[in-house]
Amino acid sequence: MKRRETIKTLLAGSLAGGAVVSSQSCKTEGGVEGVIEEAFSVGVGRTPEERERDRKLLAEDFLTDDELGTLAILCDIILPATPTAGSATEAEVPDFINFMSKDAPFLKVPIRGGLAWVNNEALKRFDDSFEAITEKQRIEIVDDIAYPDKVTPEFNQGMKFFDRLRGLVLTGYYTSKIGIEDLGYVGNRPNVWDGVPAEVLKDHDVDYDPEWIAKCINQEKRNELVQWDDEGNVLNN
Amino acid sequence: MQIKETPKEYDAVIVGSGAGGGMSAKVLSDAGLKVAVIEAGPFFDPKDPETMTQMKWPYESPRRGGWTKERNFGELDMAYGGWNLDGEPYTQKDDSNFMWFRSRMLGGRTNHWGRISLRFGPKDFKGHTQDGLGDDWPIGYEDVKPYYDKLDKMIGVFGSNEGLPNDPDGFFLPPPKPRLHELYYIKAAKKLGVTVIPSRLSILTKRINAERGVCFYCNQCNRSCSAYADFSSGSCLIFPAQKSNGQVDLYNNCMVREVVMNKEGKARGVSYINKEDGRSYEIRGKVVILAASACSTARILLNSKDGGSAGLGNSSGLVGKYLHDSTGSGRGGFIPALMDRKMYNEDGVGGMHVYSPWWLDNSKLDFGRGYHIEVWGGMGMPNYGFGMGMDGFNKFMGISEGGYGDKLRDDVKRYYGATIGFGGRGECIAREDNYCELDPDVVDQWGIPVLRFKYSFSDHELNQAKHMQQTFEQLIDAMGGHVFGDTPTKEQNYGLNKGGEIIHEVGTTRMGNDPATSVCNKYQQLHDVDNVYITDAGPFVSQADKNCTWTIMALSMRASEHIVEQLNKRNI
Repeated sequence: MKRRETIKTLLAGSLAGGAVVSSQSCKTEGGVEGVIEEAFSVGVGRTPEERERDRKLLAEDFLTDDELGTLAILCDIILPATPTAGSATEAEVPDFINFMSKDAPFLKVPIRGGLAWVNNEALKRFDDSFEAITEKQRIEIVDDIAYPDKVTPEFNQGMKFFDRLRGLVLTGYYTSKIGIEDLGYVGNRPNVWDGVPAEVLKDHDVDYDPEWIAKCINQEKRNELVQWDDEGNVLNN
Repeated sequence: MQIKETPKEYDAVIVGSGAGGGMSAKVLSDAGLKVAVIEAGPFFDPKDPETMTQMKWPYESPRRGGWTKERNFGELDMAYGGWNLDGEPYTQKDDSNFMWFRSRMLGGRTNHWGRISLRFGPKDFKGHTQDGLGDDWPIGYEDVKPYYDKLDKMIGVFGSNEGLPNDPDGFFLPPPKPRLHELYYIKAAKKLGVTVIPSRLSILTKRINAERGVCFYCNQCNRSCSAYADFSSGSCLIFPAQKSNGQVDLYNNCMVREVVMNKEGKARGVSYINKEDGRSYEIRGKVVILAASACSTARILLNSKDGGSAGLGNSSGLVGKYLHDSTGSGRGGFIPALMDRKMYNEDGVGGMHVYSPWWLDNSKLDFGRGYHIEVWGGMGMPNYGFGMGMDGFNKFMGISEGGYGDKLRDDVKRYYGATIGFGGRGECIAREDNYCELDPDVVDQWGIPVLRFKYSFSDHELNQAKHMQQTFEQLIDAMGGHVFGDTPTKEQNYGLNKGGEIIHEVGTTRMGNDPATSVCNKYQQLHDVDNVYITDAGPFVSQADKNCTWTIMALSMRASEHIVEQLNKRNI
């Protein structure tokens, strides 16, 4: 079911395909569903100033084509494609890192300098640029800087760069559509939380205490207008 | 700079549109009064698609939800504002480092807050009687209870009646079931004798009226709910006030400078700067209600020189004094048993489903007051920062940190959802020597003198933070986990957050029966000027180990009903 339809159904008080059906749906006046649907037709909400700043940043140049080339290779070494998921470059991670360097200018020198460090190392060892050397040669360099607890002092600066880059690649990738699918995150959509699935509880050494659960929302009645007695006990849960 | 007088005269002029100001607008409009609400930021409606961030994906923005100077909690957070605002500095006295978070928009900080809605208990109003520290309030729980009850029903808060002595029962909506990491927490807490109960958040798990929707579990209350299923002042107070019996005019992008007085020594209204044309205006009201936030209200009073050189309502000299924020200290850990999670949607509500109210007796401890524990964890939506440092978890598993390639990809998935974190939020004992005052040298871009802060901690707060850290370590240990980082030392204040950092600042215009030792009376009316009221957290005598919003609103309702009564009797 498409997200938009799910929202409509949910807000009307029932969840198709789920166990929850409202017995006394009380629709809001003014149509909340219409409002939310409309919201999906525009991007992330921005103030005019924020929109203008992002436009400017996107138009600004930072990394050169050569630098972007080196960056792309490193990104795909960090997260190559798998049979089921795209690579870092397919998830446009280099563009993300380029943008972040403009948005957070303290990143500019470390990123540019780190890429140059990698190229200097390629030149020293193999007499060519990082892009031009073989994959095996690239890995030789990367292996010297990829493990903080094993690094030797002469590679420490390279390690610091790679560490930072790894973090940025992971963030860029796992906040992309490709990455979120690969991770398996299935939230950020209207739904009804009704507890940990039974098979998950079974896998873990924890369980719901019946006394606790008795206090919790009965999702079948969530759309009923709440009623209390004088003591604050909910009469229709 | 010319002053243009606005011809309109209102029954009340309300400064600020957050929890306190919103509630005043609602009560006064329900009573059929004509009010002006003056807000320093733009109009905001959580359901406006132009500004909405709820249900957006990180990849819909090039910075993936990262920090910006306009939104210090990330660009998808719904509070325009932060620790520093362009053109509106604040300064520090001596070696203080007080942090002041200001939000400029309709509804203020209620658009992004944690919705943690805790009643103060009977002991919280009578702290001095309990232990000799600080001062008692001039009112008790029994005075506020009817307003908490009304508030629960009007705004909605989920929770459970537990019969605890200092965490009162109420009219709660049923809470959501705990998530997996919260079940681990419950088990660990019980093992250690730490009380744990369903959390209390103003989020609608069940319908309370026809105007507001029911929670659809997206976990994004900090982005302000487009279905109005969480409490934000705009959606739940200001808009309903506009539809009620009275008249509510919004003055957005207007920065109040001072309260203006008439010849009889009563407030005539306020002067403000319209940020859109840069000009000064005056607006008149029979009553002035200050709800600009504890520190902003103190600033307005101190700048109101019509009330005397020390400022308005300041015959006690206590405006700005007794400033205090909740104490805070946090810690996280890695829980191997939560590795390799089965994937399912556990977003839940926008906050914790369980928490621990204060469970110990301070007479047996080396600090005066308690704290509660907030819990976070789970398989949340990735955002800027995701994966950074995650490879470091390898060391807990006895394998090499760092790496790349398919192994790294597998590690990230294995560790996703295997972290837990705690925030302790406790009571800081109010002291006269923690304060904000006018900086004698500095003005903001509108020429208004700015605040200067002086803030320090006593052993009560430091020892409390030390206790929090010990508790967090024991909890993580009881969950079979590994604590992140080293135990904060004495030199690091035991991990205690800076003053102001928890964004619960209160106490700057405290209430009391004696005009010599308090700024306003128990109805939050200035002792010195009877037609000026304060309905933000300024009148708090003490903070309690509770978040302040629910009490701001209950007290604002109480004060606002008093205003209506006094206006009807023509006393003011």
